[in-house]
Amino acid sequence: MTAGGTAGRPRRIVVCIKQVPRAQELQVDPVTQTLKRVGVPSEINPPDANALEMALQLKDRLGTEVVVLSMGPTSFDESLERAVAMGADRSVLLTDRILGGSDTVPTAYALSETIQKIGGYDLLLCGEETTDASTGHVGPGIAGHLDLPQITYVSEVRIINGKVRARRTAEDGTEWWETTMPCLCTVNFGCNRPREPTLTGKIRVKRGGLVTHWSCADVGIDPKKVGLFNSPTIVAKVDTVRLPSRSGQIFSGEPEESVRKLLASLVADRVIAA
Amino acid sequence: MSRKAERAASSRFGRCPTDISEERLLPVPLFRRGKREIVEHFDVIVVGAGPAGSAAALTLARKGFSTLLVERGRSPGAKGMFGGRVYAWPFAELLPEWAKDCPIERRVVRENLAFLTDDASLGISFDAPKMAQGRGASFTALRAKFDAWFAKKAQDAGAVLVTGIRVDDLWREDGRVRGVFVAPNDRVVSDLVVIAEGATSTLVRKAGLKADLEPREVSVGVKETVELPAETIQERFGLDETEGAAYLYTNRASVSLGLVVSSEDLSRKKVEIQEIQTRFRMHPAVQRLIRGGKVVEYSAHLVPELGAGMMPRLSGDGILVVGDAAGFLINNGYTFRGVDLAIASGVAAGEAAEAARAAGGMTAANLGAYEKFLRRRNVLTDLERFRRAPLYMKKDRLFDVYPRMLMEIAERMYTVDGAGKERLFDVVLDEAASAGVPKLKMLLDLLQGARSM
Repeated sequence: MTAGGTAGRPRRIVVCIKQVPRAQELQVDPVTQTLKRVGVPSEINPPDANALEMALQLKDRLGTEVVVLSMGPTSFDESLERAVAMGADRSVLLTDRILGGSDTVPTAYALSETIQKIGGYDLLLCGEETTDASTGHVGPGIAGHLDLPQITYVSEVRIINGKVRARRTAEDGTEWWETTMPCLCTVNFGCNRPREPTLTGKIRVKRGGLVTHWSCADVGIDPKKVGLFNSPTIVAKVDTVRLPSRSGQIFSGEPEESVRKLLASLVADRVIAA
Repeated sequence: MSRKAERAASSRFGRCPTDISEERLLPVPLFRRGKREIVEHFDVIVVGAGPAGSAAALTLARKGFSTLLVERGRSPGAKGMFGGRVYAWPFAELLPEWAKDCPIERRVVRENLAFLTDDASLGISFDAPKMAQGRGASFTALRAKFDAWFAKKAQDAGAVLVTGIRVDDLWREDGRVRGVFVAPNDRVVSDLVVIAEGATSTLVRKAGLKADLEPREVSVGVKETVELPAETIQERFGLDETEGAAYLYTNRASVSLGLVVSSEDLSRKKVEIQEIQTRFRMHPAVQRLIRGGKVVEYSAHLVPELGAGMMPRLSGDGILVVGDAAGFLINNGYTFRGVDLAIASGVAAGEAAEAARAAGGMTAANLGAYEKFLRRRNVLTDLERFRRAPLYMKKDRLFDVYPRMLMEIAERMYTVDGAGKERLFDVVLDEAASAGVPKLKMLLDLLQGARSM
């Protein structure tokens, strides 16, 4: 449905992002064993921010249009607005109550439908995985639904002779892959340094109209394929890792004396040899 | 869609002048190059969303200027610091309904002036419940809440607030200010820029309105916020739920302990300001009030100290300076005013812009009316009146010799130990002699003090 190959360069890049709780501030509720999301500051999922930066760098060089897409509650506007302030042309939020509880299978379906509605894309970029779920399913799932070639764990993309050439991080080194457009790449976490929003970008956000909300009906998403009941994943159990408590011991007194005591104790515990 | 229709739909992409057969890696990314560059335009850009900036933006927006208010912090007040007290008089005119939703911590109903030595304190206390009412009212506030509230008022009036952006420089064209510069390819154009950046303004220097700050022109203010339950504060300070005592400022559920020390003194006496602050906090008279509390915040900032003596040029072609950036601060030893002058100067800047618009444009000549509007609000007049106060307070005798002397006198006045009592007058003369201050000099200090304060 698109023709990036003939234009020689991507005309439109769609970047899929998710808003996640800021990793450093994440806590697991000791009672319910689920992530505490309320009151935790949010951010763009860090690998998605790398995908966005990669798209914006292509835009800087080639003038490509960048559309950012997310699925979630309207509180995700914060991240979508940030993406526009960073330089994306506009963003779309797929938001609908019936999507609640969707796992990666309905999410990939719903996003692929929305991407088709956006249309005109030559390149789809996703982060390699999210920091709050770490499945890495959604990007490849979208490629599957849209029947697109995909390159995962990409740290660099070049557009050469109308084709995408991407450096893929493999377990034992890097590989260069080439494919035709349209295609999908999932982007390595930390492969670039996402830019800060600009004043001009923030003003564009304030002027409004650049973040569009679509419901499932707007896109034509089948309600029977999304939501909690259409999600095959079952979270059976979540465990928190409890740090073992340490029996701290303080040796006080004159430095030489306390060092002697410490050494004696370490020898007694067979940590070091006498 | 057919190939042909699709190509037609995307034809605007077909005219790219760049050779696209092989992607060229340009040394400098060209964000929105050429005709595609979008430059935003406002009538006025106000840099800094503190009290001065928000007052200016509010006034300008009401007068029909499209106004951009740019703040460096994540939110207004996030980077701001002050002692903790606001004199409310400028609100009477600007926001008559201010008391309804203004985030007041406590209304000030008592003034204490105290001299502290290592373990003793001597103070004057002035209780006046009616100070909490009317034009002379003042209150304590926390910047994070107060600045956010004030900036919201400017937004409600139509100003566009953008936070988290540091303006790096002014955008100049044909020798006049034409807007602000954040980064290459990130500038915003305006007819007028109002600098409300605070004491450490770099734009004032970059605009050539002022040379670098001199140590004698600034003090360092430090503040610790000590968390205490509201009831404890009320009990210890003898307050009801909304009243407050000034100097050691009481907030709703915290106490702000602050002090301001001249930068020159710090370097001359080779002391660290943290050390002085710690001694202040550990002083028995202070400890009594804050014990059991936890220091939850520590902040420090430069304070412009020379008032009328350090003012930059206040206006130029397409530019006005307000608030601390203009050195609008009065510290005469018993009152410490900054926020009220900042607000009044912001309002005056709005009026000056209106007058300049009516006179044909934001030229230096037309914006010169700013001084007139400042005088109408007694900003410049008060600053000039107290011009000598900072110099007077720099005398060592005032903060070192005299407090010690007063303390010795008080000690001798109130000590009854059977060793024989002297008459008060003799005690004073005796202490003055042992402090090594000639009587004539003392008289002179007294006279100068009366004149400069």
